[in-house]
Amino acid sequence: MSILINQNSRVMTQGITGKTGQFHTRMCREYANGQSCFVAGVNPRKPGENFEGIPVYGTVREAREATGATVSVIYVPPPYAAAAIDEAVEAELDLVICITEGIPVRDMIRTRYKMRGKKTRLIGPNCPGIITPDEIKIGIMPGYIHKKGRIGVVSRSGTLTYEAVAQLMEQGLGQSTCIGIGGDPVNGLKHLDVMRLFNDDDETDAVLMVGEIGGTDEEESARWIKDNMRKPVVGFIAGVTAPPGKRMGHAGAIISGGKGTAQEKLAVMEECGIQVTRNPAEMGKLLKSALG
Amino acid sequence: MKIHEYQAKEILRQYGVATPRGIACFNVDEAVNAAQQLGGDTWVVKAQIYAGGRGKGGGVKIAQSIEEVRELAGNMFGMQLVTHQTGPDGQTVHRLFIEEGVSIVTEYYVGMVVDRDSQRVCMMTSAEGGMDIEQVAAETPEKIHKLMIDPIAGISDDEALDMAAKTGIPDASRGAAATLLKGLYKAFDDKDASLAEINPLVLTADNHILALDAKMNFDDNALFRHPEIASLRDLDEEEPLEIEASEHDLSYIPLDGNIGCLVNGAGLAMATMDIIKLYGGNPANFLDVGGGATAEKVTEAFKLMLKNPKLEAILVNIFGGIMRCDVIAEGVVQAAREVRLTVPLVVRLEGTNVKLGKQILADSGLSVIAAGNMADAAQKVVRAAENA
Repeated sequence: MSILINQNSRVMTQGITGKTGQFHTRMCREYANGQSCFVAGVNPRKPGENFEGIPVYGTVREAREATGATVSVIYVPPPYAAAAIDEAVEAELDLVICITEGIPVRDMIRTRYKMRGKKTRLIGPNCPGIITPDEIKIGIMPGYIHKKGRIGVVSRSGTLTYEAVAQLMEQGLGQSTCIGIGGDPVNGLKHLDVMRLFNDDDETDAVLMVGEIGGTDEEESARWIKDNMRKPVVGFIAGVTAPPGKRMGHAGAIISGGKGTAQEKLAVMEECGIQVTRNPAEMGKLLKSALG
Repeated sequence: MKIHEYQAKEILRQYGVATPRGIACFNVDEAVNAAQQLGGDTWVVKAQIYAGGRGKGGGVKIAQSIEEVRELAGNMFGMQLVTHQTGPDGQTVHRLFIEEGVSIVTEYYVGMVVDRDSQRVCMMTSAEGGMDIEQVAAETPEKIHKLMIDPIAGISDDEALDMAAKTGIPDASRGAAATLLKGLYKAFDDKDASLAEINPLVLTADNHILALDAKMNFDDNALFRHPEIASLRDLDEEEPLEIEASEHDLSYIPLDGNIGCLVNGAGLAMATMDIIKLYGGNPANFLDVGGGATAEKVTEAFKLMLKNPKLEAILVNIFGGIMRCDVIAEGVVQAAREVRLTVPLVVRLEGTNVKLGKQILADSGLSVIAAGNMADAAQKVVRAAENA
């Protein structure tokens, strides 16, 4: 099963003609079933062209109608990225993954407002993307570190997710799906949303949840897990040593008004019965032990 | 990005937010002239630094004569103003703001931030103005009134009047307060602010509603469309090393410890600091070289860390995805050639082209302490710093 994407997903790339879009579309196409999954590109100024055999359309709607793609990945530069999400939502795609880093928060507030009541799900922005190992990867993560298996991974960061995956692999544990939900304060799917999906997925046995300072996503997810989750969840929160008021790289990773500290998140997670580690080198081991 | 009080007030006035009259000054003569120009018999001399808590730290004083303005300005220019937000060394005062004195009847609080849960801008008001609002929020949250603002419609007149009423602003002044609240939101929205705070908002003896203080922060990601805001940046207020880092597009935050960290990705960079602490060490900095670093960028990152006199060891922790380990290794070697590496260096490489990366380091002749995983790396660097 996996969640959100599998080998039957058909994907378009918004921003396929830019340097980043080109590079990653190529990498994604080379991964597993990528050749049949990545079917379209979008660039309003270059309809009719193609990128290494992938046809480029002027709009998301045209790309959808021509190819049947219902998933989009966005590499459009920050000033135009929110409008690119809006277009994908208007075209009623199932899933949009926005990789772009540096979108103004004001733009995302409006985009999220317009998404209310719409069917489209958003992952990101400012995220590594999503991968269902050995089937399809949509995003910028290195595909080869993953292997198909039964562990779900959800995280707010990029390289820390790769670290988590590598530790699972050391324990001999493959993954059902790995999702980076992104480091921005206003974003699409949250830990809780992804947790619901993993809970309902027959091919996911346990979930590794990697959080970081800022906001209250992890706490909300933990409270939901306590009452609803039927599978083991283990967690790590980055930023125990982060000083308040300083933005730790991600726009969303900031402790402000006394809220969003790692200690508080870890405490709530433990209260909710989630096993946590304070050692980022032990995420894999902890998950293994939770499987019993 | 942060700006000074006087700059925030200038922006807010353009949106109909009433403030006392004031003039910004860069030396004592300008301060005296400003007071004369403003007239009256009471002035407020306010140090302009980004940090809050200026009043308690002695950065806001009342003057009853022009001579007193001269004396206070003379004392304040160049002083190291220490507040709960500056750190123990304080911040040097380079600019003053001279304002007319106003006679205050009541103080209120107004703030705006982006609320992550509702994904909207949240306006907060309280009758407990002038206080430490974080303390009010923690101890008596019922005294803070919140309004989640519809991003398309903005604040309606009714909502603004309702907020004014809840805040306890008297009937006669509610219309003026509502105008001010609407103007504040318009400014926040137009200028891509990330925070706006008026603390205190005051009711004066002649029934005016004024922003007595003002603070605005802006979304760095939106500065490309606000050159007028970007131009207000005051480099005197920033850490020299942070300025240098931003020039090289590196995310760098100095900390108190002695172990420098160079990591790719913000989450992994935080986790690296955490594990150093867990094994008994103290990180000297947060440093994220980002996803698209070149050898040159890594070299700059090294130079930056080595400028810290407290530095006693360095840990490089890279999980190569898009960024290849061989590129990082070349950067490390290049840096070691350009700057004399005087502290032990622990390197942990994983991911894309890891073998090639390790080979480059091994062939370089540098004395690199190689580490197999994060735990191993942290233990080795903590030990190296202890022995330094």
